[in-house]
Amino acid sequence: MSQIFHRSTNTLSRATIFGAVFVVAALAWVAMEVQRSPYITYAGVRKPQPVPFSHQHHVTGLGVDCRYCHTSVETSSFAGIPPTKTCMNCHSQIWTNAQLLDPVRASYKSGESLQWTRVNQLPDFVYFNHSIHINKGVGCNTCHGPVDQMPLMYQQESLQMEWCLGCHRAPEKNLRPRDQVFNMRYQQPTSANPVLVDGQSYTDQAELGTALVKKYNVRSVKDITTCSTCHR
Amino acid sequence: MDEQVRVTADRAPVIEPGHTFGTVTEKISAIVLTRPASNGWFAGFGIAFMLTMMMLFAIGYLFLKGIGIWGVTIPIGWGFAIVNFVWWIGIGHAGTLISAILLLLRQSWRNSINRFAEAMTLFAVACAGIFPAIHVGRPWLAYWLFPYPNSMGVWPQFRSPLMWDVFAVSTYATISALFWFIGLIPDLATLRDRTENRWLKIVYGILSFGWRGSARHWHRYETAYLLLAGLATPLVLSVHTVVSFDFAVGIVPGWHTTIFPPYFVAGAIYSGFAMVLMLAIPIRKIYGLEDFITERHLQNSAKVMLATGLIVAYGYGIEAFMGWYGGDRYDAFTLWNRLHGPYAPLYYALLACNIFIPQVLWIRKLRTSPVALFFISGVILVGMWLERFIIVVVSLHRDFLTSSWGMYYPTRWDWMTYIGTLGMFLMLMFLFLRILPAISIFEMRTLLPEAEVRE
Repeated sequence: MSQIFHRSTNTLSRATIFGAVFVVAALAWVAMEVQRSPYITYAGVRKPQPVPFSHQHHVTGLGVDCRYCHTSVETSSFAGIPPTKTCMNCHSQIWTNAQLLDPVRASYKSGESLQWTRVNQLPDFVYFNHSIHINKGVGCNTCHGPVDQMPLMYQQESLQMEWCLGCHRAPEKNLRPRDQVFNMRYQQPTSANPVLVDGQSYTDQAELGTALVKKYNVRSVKDITTCSTCHR
Repeated sequence: MDEQVRVTADRAPVIEPGHTFGTVTEKISAIVLTRPASNGWFAGFGIAFMLTMMMLFAIGYLFLKGIGIWGVTIPIGWGFAIVNFVWWIGIGHAGTLISAILLLLRQSWRNSINRFAEAMTLFAVACAGIFPAIHVGRPWLAYWLFPYPNSMGVWPQFRSPLMWDVFAVSTYATISALFWFIGLIPDLATLRDRTENRWLKIVYGILSFGWRGSARHWHRYETAYLLLAGLATPLVLSVHTVVSFDFAVGIVPGWHTTIFPPYFVAGAIYSGFAMVLMLAIPIRKIYGLEDFITERHLQNSAKVMLATGLIVAYGYGIEAFMGWYGGDRYDAFTLWNRLHGPYAPLYYALLACNIFIPQVLWIRKLRTSPVALFFISGVILVGMWLERFIIVVVSLHRDFLTSSWGMYYPTRWDWMTYIGTLGMFLMLMFLFLRILPAISIFEMRTLLPEAEVRE
């Protein structure tokens, strides 16, 4: 009776057993990467807008403060997208013939809202409050990235829960003095570049953050990582 | 060894005399290799297959419409899904008892029934495993039950017995499959060597992993098999214990009972052996395996059923006693409700099926009668299903607050899913009978006088 399997089957069987380890590891790695990739989160994706509004131009170029347009960010859970009226404060006088601004003028004339595309979008089972973060010393660019350098808006962070929790579990790593929240060029303290709070100079973020947690009465990690903080 | 094959007046042999290595091998492998599939097999498989399709339809509709198509309500959140889950998991336990615990106890009568008992375990666990996955309202998120590093920064709650269920059942399924497959390797090698068909040779050749039956193979095989049996024994006890914790950890009167772990395990073996007999009796008849599955096996299985049945009866007794002795009005009411409430007929049926009718197993004549055993096993399976129904539903439908008393009426979808899993179980059993040796060939060979080693 002839042999069923050729000698080469030996190599094949060893390769399959040895290879299975790599296949399993690769699948696990792919699953890990995919669930955090921009394919899922849309982080870094520039979505098309009705008007190619440039934060770079308005913030860096013209020095407009964040709160000029996003008026309710210090008092409301929702930072607000400015109405057409805010645009027309200036654009009724400048660039009145620019083609780029046609939709804005049309909206102003007709009263129809501009249909902006939302970039930082959380699911509705998450209750996010802007004002609490602003008032506890979380800067705009900590979460939204260098908006002053974005010709077209994109989402900087993943906005996934592990990212939120990363900060809620160690808020001192990211807090800054309240008067620096809207400073898009704020730098964390170093010995060369100390940060002054209440007359005291800090050269280290850990020290500054710990002091600010105390000063702003940031609640305990246990408090701010319970489900009811966001999933109300 | 000698003792095992001796025919005495009061003890039937575990294998009828007159067999040789050749006849044993021929007889068992013929079912797979040469015997053509009969019309009966096709009819049985066809019916089981259609029932499986019905189950898939019921599950598909469930996913489409939601859990509300079942009869579960607010006081009775757990209905057929959990009842059937516990029932199926329980049935699986006899397979592991036969293959692992009886191996540790060196019981030679396990050799001819362990293979299909293990297959029964696997198929019963497959049926059971469906229910925890589909009884959740959002089954597509069931993977959240597994601890994996996710982008939510959230891990499962390891305090919940439902979480332990995930680990218990998945471990149980894995170990049972491994144990079963390791037991199959020498037999697959036999099939590989006996088949004339080239493709079958390749398939069985791959599955048997190049088993050559050398002394070193056998030595390691025995060690591994014994180790796995040693692992599977605490596993089988803990799996149904964990399942019982689903209830015993709760505060519901009728659930919060410390006797549940051992009493659930005893019930599992009780119902499992009943299922083994319900399968073994027709199989030995249809495939002419009376020489291998002898009166001794039927008797011994009946005795195990009798023993575990008495433990179960003791459990009912203690539950009833504690209802009175505990002095808790809710526990007392639970007992009263079982005896006089709207589900009382089911409780009496339970007592009849599980305690009173099986007492006839004391009679030797009935223990050795395949027909009688078949029917008694059927009664026990019904009874054990009723037990889970009583524990789950009757405890839930009337508990602490009278304002939240209700009734549970299973819908057609409950029934379709349940009967469908029966069909799936049978379908897998039918396939198993045709594809793999239903009786362990090499372990049967060790029972023969030829295998005896003389000093």
